[in-house]
Amino acid sequence: MSIKVEHIMKKFGSFQALNDVSLEIPSGELVALLGPSGSGKTTLLRIIAGLEQPDSGKISFHGEDATGQSVSQRQVGFVFQHYALFRNMTVFENVAFGLRVKPRRERLPETEIRAKVHQLLKLVQMEWYADRYPSQLSGGQRQRIALARALAVEPKVLLLDEPFGALDAKVRKELRRWIRQLHDEIHITSIFVTHDQEEALEVADRVVVMNNGRIEQIGTPEEVYEHPANLFVYQFLGDINLFQGRVDGNRIKVGNSEVAFPGLVGAAIPEDKTAIAYARPHELEVYGESQGENAIEAEVRHIRAIGPTVRLELRRRDNGGYLEAEMTKERFHELKVKVGERVFVELRNLKVFVEDYQI
Amino acid sequence: MRKSKNILPGFGPSLGYTVTYISLVLLIPLAMVFLKTFTMSWESFWKTVTDPRVLASYRLSFTASFAGAALNGIFGLLLAWVLVRYRFPGQKIIDALLDLPFAMPTAVAGISLTTLYSANGWFGQHLERIGIKVAYTPLGIVVALTFIGLPFVVRTIQPVLQDLDKEYEEAAASLGASRWQTFSRVIFPALVPSWLTGFTLAFARALGEYGSVVFISGNMPMRTEIAPLLIRTKLEQFDYTGATAIALVMMIISFILLLIINLLQSWNRRRLAQP
Amino acid sequence: MQDIKRLQKHPKAECILSEPVWFQWVLIGVAVGFVIIFLIAPLLMVFGQALAKGWGAYWEAIREPDSFKAIQLTLLTAAISVPLNLIFGVVAAWLIAKFDFWGKNFLLTLIDLPFAISPIISGLIFVLLFGMQGLLGPWLSQYNIKIVFAVPGIILATVFVTFPFVARELIPVMQSLGSEEEEAALVLGANGWQTFFKVTLPNIKWGLLYGVILCNARAMGEFGAVSVVSGHIRGQTNTIPLQVEILYNEYNFTAAFAVASLLAFLALVTLIVKHVVEWKSGRHLSGTLH
Repeated sequence: MSIKVEHIMKKFGSFQALNDVSLEIPSGELVALLGPSGSGKTTLLRIIAGLEQPDSGKISFHGEDATGQSVSQRQVGFVFQHYALFRNMTVFENVAFGLRVKPRRERLPETEIRAKVHQLLKLVQMEWYADRYPSQLSGGQRQRIALARALAVEPKVLLLDEPFGALDAKVRKELRRWIRQLHDEIHITSIFVTHDQEEALEVADRVVVMNNGRIEQIGTPEEVYEHPANLFVYQFLGDINLFQGRVDGNRIKVGNSEVAFPGLVGAAIPEDKTAIAYARPHELEVYGESQGENAIEAEVRHIRAIGPTVRLELRRRDNGGYLEAEMTKERFHELKVKVGERVFVELRNLKVFVEDYQI
Repeated sequence: MRKSKNILPGFGPSLGYTVTYISLVLLIPLAMVFLKTFTMSWESFWKTVTDPRVLASYRLSFTASFAGAALNGIFGLLLAWVLVRYRFPGQKIIDALLDLPFAMPTAVAGISLTTLYSANGWFGQHLERIGIKVAYTPLGIVVALTFIGLPFVVRTIQPVLQDLDKEYEEAAASLGASRWQTFSRVIFPALVPSWLTGFTLAFARALGEYGSVVFISGNMPMRTEIAPLLIRTKLEQFDYTGATAIALVMMIISFILLLIINLLQSWNRRRLAQP
Repeated sequence: MQDIKRLQKHPKAECILSEPVWFQWVLIGVAVGFVIIFLIAPLLMVFGQALAKGWGAYWEAIREPDSFKAIQLTLLTAAISVPLNLIFGVVAAWLIAKFDFWGKNFLLTLIDLPFAISPIISGLIFVLLFGMQGLLGPWLSQYNIKIVFAVPGIILATVFVTFPFVARELIPVMQSLGSEEEEAALVLGANGWQTFFKVTLPNIKWGLLYGVILCNARAMGEFGAVSVVSGHIRGQTNTIPLQVEILYNEYNFTAAFAVASLLAFLALVTLIVKHVVEWKSGRHLSGTLH
């Protein structure tokens, strides 16, 4: 079931939560709504579910207008951030709820409901917990039950609000992988909200980056990471280094070194204007000796060598600015630098954005 | 009317029902006090509410209520402190009993207190011997008003004290404060809004109290006649307008107190909302 | 005495974070003394006086026809006013806890209003409305309908006085529960009634029970408001508290306390229910039972 969202506007008091949001999600995709808090991602999800009404705009499911439909008519599955399990019901009763509240003529016979609930509990690997109450489960287990409950009514789309938000780091990773697998198995159109870029990039087929009630970019994880549409997307998806310089054609002069930048995003910059160029830590090439004029001279201030990558904190000799460089362990051992030593930094894949964002 | 559209059902019907019910049960009857007062001329209204006997009853109601609330302010703070911070035998029972004045009908409390403090009662006979008369004196009124206002201060302070992080005290102690300094500069200031709220609640409740006072006060005009009793007396003499005029003054005072309580509570919420 | 035990182990180190042991006991002593004088003594007095002449006299006093009639009228009053305020309380709590709307705070203040008004005034307003000199009195008497100084007036005044209790108890409970479970039920296809009865009601049942018990205790024990609108006709328009007053003023102390002990017993039951509810729901109930 495909979902189409057109020109959605939503205000809470004077706060513009969503500002002209349009989005199209093809059937069977797993999509992440990614953004900082207050970006409108949860509001958008709740509007798609029918839990909020938009001020204006249109929602359609599979080409059919659903804007006026109530939440129960839309047949969506919704997994709440804090799961919203019914605390007075057992796990079994929670999952069976959606089946039992159907009007009598649509309701399955009790034996079939039982069979279906057990099948779902098996799917989420919780069949041994049917008689427990939500308060007796761990966070990850509650999450699975919430998912089983949402799936019980055979929804056409599955919506998850910060599905991993309330879990600790280890459970998060497991559940992330598990949700991805589950989606590959049942292929239901799914949207989940997250503020964690790693989560979005790892799990989703497509990522919708949101900020201030607008969509900044829609694309596959590779697209948004490698070809960010603007500075916001770029900086939201990872750490960055800033370089102030003068632009000349497609070269930028940073300090006394001149670097060509392949990616100018947006319109051309007026010549002889200063601009800010950006590079991610792993895009800085660090050398022990000067490789030519285009390198920036810097001093190593701190080394963090935990895990497979090594991070260096560098201080530029020319203007005292700080840089962060990331490299593999092997490269670090080749380099053999110590704190206080001099290094040379070459810039690769510099990005210059035209819009005047403030960081 | 609705600020954010909420998809939960029943907004319209529940609003309609609530407003209708409140109007029928509460607002229309209350409006009668104003309507009735408007039938009086200003002069006769003023004459009624400034009559020496009426003024004496206001004065008594205010001073006795204030004294009762003050007693509860002191002992309520002490009780809340003892119940939250210490462990002692019988603590649970005492904690549970504190709500008794809420649950016990005022008339029952009234006859019981009167019997206790009358000349041959459990307390009265001993107090009499040292020359203190309680029943049928203003002091008796204070005793009754202390009884009915007792839970307010304790119950408003208790949760705040419970949630007060020990860390603040530990921080104060680690900075060299003595126990008394810690209490007076760290703990008590945090309790002030709820303490004042409890005091005002007890005071407001005491001002309107009737049942427990009417037995112990003796009801002597100018001496032990509280304002609600005077309204009652006027009603029995079929002086409806006179009764209503006194009631209006009391209601206005009650509304002002209600406003103060609301302000105190929002102050309290803001204080508690700090990170 | 956890604190005290701890103190004894490290007397000096702990003095800074708690009071000296002797001082703790002084404070406890003063507090307990205050409770004994102001709460326990009056309570014991009621039962002591009621049974002063033995169980036989106690039963006689309660079975006396006028007292028995008063008990019946009190039960009738509670049986009408409590359900009315129960329904109102649930509806108002749903409205206030689940929706945001203009004028909500004002509505909350209105619900609190009967707490702030003297019981005498609560009775007075019904006399002004339905009495012979009142607004509707002459019109009602044309049809021979008597409201004040009769049973309907007693019920009306009781409804007025007890109307905040259930709502006041439920609003904080519902607010702290939030709306997520209800939303989940709706997403799963439940209708409004299913959502309320299967999801909301089981979650608020303990708070509701306490609100009802409290409302009932007040409905049965209300004195001031009822005494204004009652005709004080023995055996007809007397509730238990009014009967207590009459008996007491006739110096029939044993009978007065015997009848009063019924209400005192009800008060104790209310306290026990509160305790059980707090234990069951694992939280402190709001203290707003003015």
